[in-house]
Amino acid sequence: MSVSRPSGDFDRSYARDIALIRQPWQWGLLALALAAAFTIPRWGNAYVIATANRIAYTLVALQGLSLLTGYTGQISLGQAAFMMVGGYISALMRIHLGVPFLLSLPIAILGTGFAGLIFGLPSLRVKGFYLAMATLAAQFIIPWLARNTYKDYLGGGYGRIEVPIATIAGLEFGELSDYLYISLSVLVIATVLTLNITRSRLGRAFIAIRDNDLAAELLGVNLFGYKLRAFALAAMYAGAAGVLRATSQRSIGPELGYHLSESIMFLGMLVIGGLGNNLGPFFGVITVVLLSDLALRAGSMASEFVPEAFGPNMLSSFRPILFGLVLMLFLIFEPRGLAHRWTLMKAAWRLRPFAH
Amino acid sequence: MIWPLVPQQIVTGLLNGGVIALIALGVVLIYKSSEVFNFAQGHTLMIGAFLTWWFAGGDETGAEFFNLPLWAAVIMAMVVAVLIGLLIERLTLRPMTGQPLISIILMTLGLSQLLQGLAIMVFGVVAKGNFPALYSPSEVFKIPFPGVFMDQIIIKKALLAAFVVAIAAAVILMLYFQLTKSGLAMRATSENHDVARSVGIKVSTIFGTSWAIAGIVATLGGVLLATISGASLNLTTVVLVAFPAVLLGGLESLPGAIVGGLCIGLAQAIVQASTLIEVRSASEIAPYILLLIVLVIRPEGLFGLKRIERV
Repeated sequence: MSVSRPSGDFDRSYARDIALIRQPWQWGLLALALAAAFTIPRWGNAYVIATANRIAYTLVALQGLSLLTGYTGQISLGQAAFMMVGGYISALMRIHLGVPFLLSLPIAILGTGFAGLIFGLPSLRVKGFYLAMATLAAQFIIPWLARNTYKDYLGGGYGRIEVPIATIAGLEFGELSDYLYISLSVLVIATVLTLNITRSRLGRAFIAIRDNDLAAELLGVNLFGYKLRAFALAAMYAGAAGVLRATSQRSIGPELGYHLSESIMFLGMLVIGGLGNNLGPFFGVITVVLLSDLALRAGSMASEFVPEAFGPNMLSSFRPILFGLVLMLFLIFEPRGLAHRWTLMKAAWRLRPFAH
Repeated sequence: MIWPLVPQQIVTGLLNGGVIALIALGVVLIYKSSEVFNFAQGHTLMIGAFLTWWFAGGDETGAEFFNLPLWAAVIMAMVVAVLIGLLIERLTLRPMTGQPLISIILMTLGLSQLLQGLAIMVFGVVAKGNFPALYSPSEVFKIPFPGVFMDQIIIKKALLAAFVVAIAAAVILMLYFQLTKSGLAMRATSENHDVARSVGIKVSTIFGTSWAIAGIVATLGGVLLATISGASLNLTTVVLVAFPAVLLGGLESLPGAIVGGLCIGLAQAIVQASTLIEVRSASEIAPYILLLIVLVIRPEGLFGLKRIERV
């Protein structure tokens, strides 16, 4: 069901037809939202700032996955590993070559995109489930490389290396409250980019491949080329997210997460938010991040009511249980995710008080 | 390569591969009948191992309900695993019939997270070292080879027992498919759901049966793995190497799963005979490198049907 527009709202020019923002009040809302987001460091407490930062970099990674899985229909179980690649490239550049932060970001993005290309190569021959297994291989091989090769550079023995403070034009972004400005800026750029990719030739080719790859090929879409582009793009977003995460955590390495369970969580966020919808990642990330914090709180509360020996179990079990349960319920009852619910709600509101 | 070590590693690898093959069988079983690739098989296996440990009275708090001998504990755990399998099939995968592939994959992934959380909640994160194994890891056979192969080949009794049980279970499973009526019905269902329905096979029952059998197989695999390394949450990561084995053998092939499992076990063991520490530590990713090679060269696997759609 598409959103019906109010009567009298016509597109009188092509520019208006393809515009992302149609109404003056939408500009106002956008400005308000941006202002609210960018002033978080001024009014938020430590928890709000840390959560906002986590949401920002996860969103960047998820928008990449959304392009690959939501739009192109290729399942990737390796997004977390690609985040690690980006974080490492930026960190190593800055430590050993003295590259400034702002320059290391695009280099890391390109490097991660290249890594994504390599692991996207099996899409030349296989698709669907088989491709998911190829990305699963990436999820195991990349952390292994970080643990076992070039130990002096990648911090193999310790499982992590220190990442220097981000510095832009002499300003230091060491505190998380300052660093949030960088995360949010990257998020805004990534969002605008995603919006434009999905409504351009590239995005339409992605959607064609997802809906029916044979038909897409007959229409002249170069399947292999576009699939590789989707893989590279997803990895590039993951690279940017990895740089943001590594720099805000001030260290990067296989001991700091980036596991398979995180890749699964990304896919789950995408489904909960809504596949093939640009609002999906926003709904998904915010829901899952807040839910997992809630699960942590609930776990620590529950651990006080059970016998001593079971306390730690409660603490670490609530999160996977809640996440698995929510994901499964969404798959059964609302496979199109929260974004679809939102669309329905908007449509119902617009047509009020009439049912149809 | 340390060549004298290679025969020893081949033996160890084949024995390990037997257990991997058994785990792979469980995955293939479900895929054959219902075309669901069960990413949660490892978690069923882990829960099976924990249940066996619990039924055998491993929880030495003084308040254990059961203190059964190992064989009885295994049977009890299998009964619970069958119930879990049936529940999973009925509650989570039957509503997904006809949904796109990604939903079904995500369903089993979500299931794996849920089972992981439940296992942590009930059994805790600490590994259970006191698993009631038949043999302790230090009990070994030594086959002397004076002069060659580092003078002897060592076979751990626990590993050998696991191998024998795994292969026996695989053979029984295959005989079941070839000789019994319900086995025939399962093969028919895996061929074509509609045709199977038209000759009077109740497909939903077959799905349930295959999940139940997969639960039994998973419990058995869990017990075998736990006799070697103890019951712990890490069992799920051990199981992750069974997925490459499944693809190597071919998704729909039971003999393929066994051959794939043995190959994966072999590959993991042989790299450990290397002189370079980097190559030795590659033992954990060797299955995945093999997987990538298989995907590029022969995506349908060694014994799989060439039914997979090419791009």
